[in-house]
Amino acid sequence: MDLTLTELACARGGLPVLAGLTLSVRSGSILVLRGPNGAGKTTLLRTLAGLQPPLAGRFAPGPEAIAYAAHADGLKPTLTVAENLRFWAAVFGTRDIGPALAAFDLGALAHRPAGELSAGQRRRAGLARLLVTGRPVWALDEPTVSLDAAAVSRFGAAVAAHVAAGGVAVIATHIDLGLPARALDLTAFRARAAPLPAAGGFPDEALS
Amino acid sequence: MIAVLVRDLRLSIRSGGGFGLALAFFLIVVTLVPFGVGPEAAVLARIGPGILWVAALLACLLSLDRLFATDAEDGALDLLATAPLPLEGVVAAKALAHWIVTGLPLTLAAPVFGLLYDLPPPVWGWLLGSLALGTPALSVIGAFGAALTVGLKRGGLLLSLLVLPLYVPTLIFGAEAVRRGADGLPAATPLLMLGGITLGAAALLPFAAAAAIRVNLR
Repeated sequence: MDLTLTELACARGGLPVLAGLTLSVRSGSILVLRGPNGAGKTTLLRTLAGLQPPLAGRFAPGPEAIAYAAHADGLKPTLTVAENLRFWAAVFGTRDIGPALAAFDLGALAHRPAGELSAGQRRRAGLARLLVTGRPVWALDEPTVSLDAAAVSRFGAAVAAHVAAGGVAVIATHIDLGLPARALDLTAFRARAAPLPAAGGFPDEALS
Repeated sequence: MIAVLVRDLRLSIRSGGGFGLALAFFLIVVTLVPFGVGPEAAVLARIGPGILWVAALLACLLSLDRLFATDAEDGALDLLATAPLPLEGVVAAKALAHWIVTGLPLTLAAPVFGLLYDLPPPVWGWLLGSLALGTPALSVIGAFGAALTVGLKRGGLLLSLLVLPLYVPTLIFGAEAVRRGADGLPAATPLLMLGGITLGAAALLPFAAAAAIRVNLR
């Protein structure tokens, strides 16, 4: 399934951040979003996930095909890793959490409460959720935060397996995942700042 | 939706603040009032139903601010909003879980607390019936208030200010039904009004709450 963005414009907190984003990510490929802080990486991913409507333009497939993972993992500290994953599997209408546990090496941690895990282990459990969603497009916001080198390569393998099966991944990250990916610098699509209101009443004018 | 319900029930049992907390709060409020108004049995029997209803209302309010706040803080609300479940269904399931953890135990325990106020056994039935009909409305209205304040850092107080006025009709008809029942008057009208409020709130407010959450997530 290809992901196609057409003249997409996104806003954060009512302010336009990105505009005129037209691109296509072919089935089986990875798009890495780059750009300094505030470039609009998170805004674009949240728009794709359907958490906020686009200002203009459209994208296909819609949010119902997109699995979103952000900084917060949504894990419940008092539930075990397996219970957390089983909950999301039930919500997304899939049943088997075994492959997800295996892909992120969580077998030994499956029956530990998520609250007792280290930050990196929690991150792995949060990423394992992507596999139980069964959705073709992954929209990932800084997925490798607090992962060690081994876990990053595990994550890279999971992404590679996902796209090899015909999926698409859009990843906002600052590190090199060691995967064949197309990089997109979002600064090129920064929305123009709205023109300032007509002169009159600005402090520097009042001072002169 | 069942998955959300089961998860919320499991969470409230695991975190220890579930069934016991609201009930203990209810007991404390109910036992505090006689210290304030004096131990005359006749006075207590007269104001008992009203006190029990007010206490149930406050006990319900106690756990409301965590209804969506914990999910918002750990990111689960974002993920639920992007899940194939309708957000309205998520709200309804969470409100139901809230009722099972607070409203239902209060309802079942109310006759025991009625004993503290020297309420005669026939009144227990009215108390049980009116709370059973009315407390679901408290959870659903509360879920709407919690959805409105979910993005706020310290929304608890604002939540109380928003939700308590909306509880007034439920309180009036709930306490009125028990009073009429105790006096041997026909109590069908307040009970029907109470049922109407609960059904109306359960039918409409999940939609309002889901809309509020969507706006708050943007």
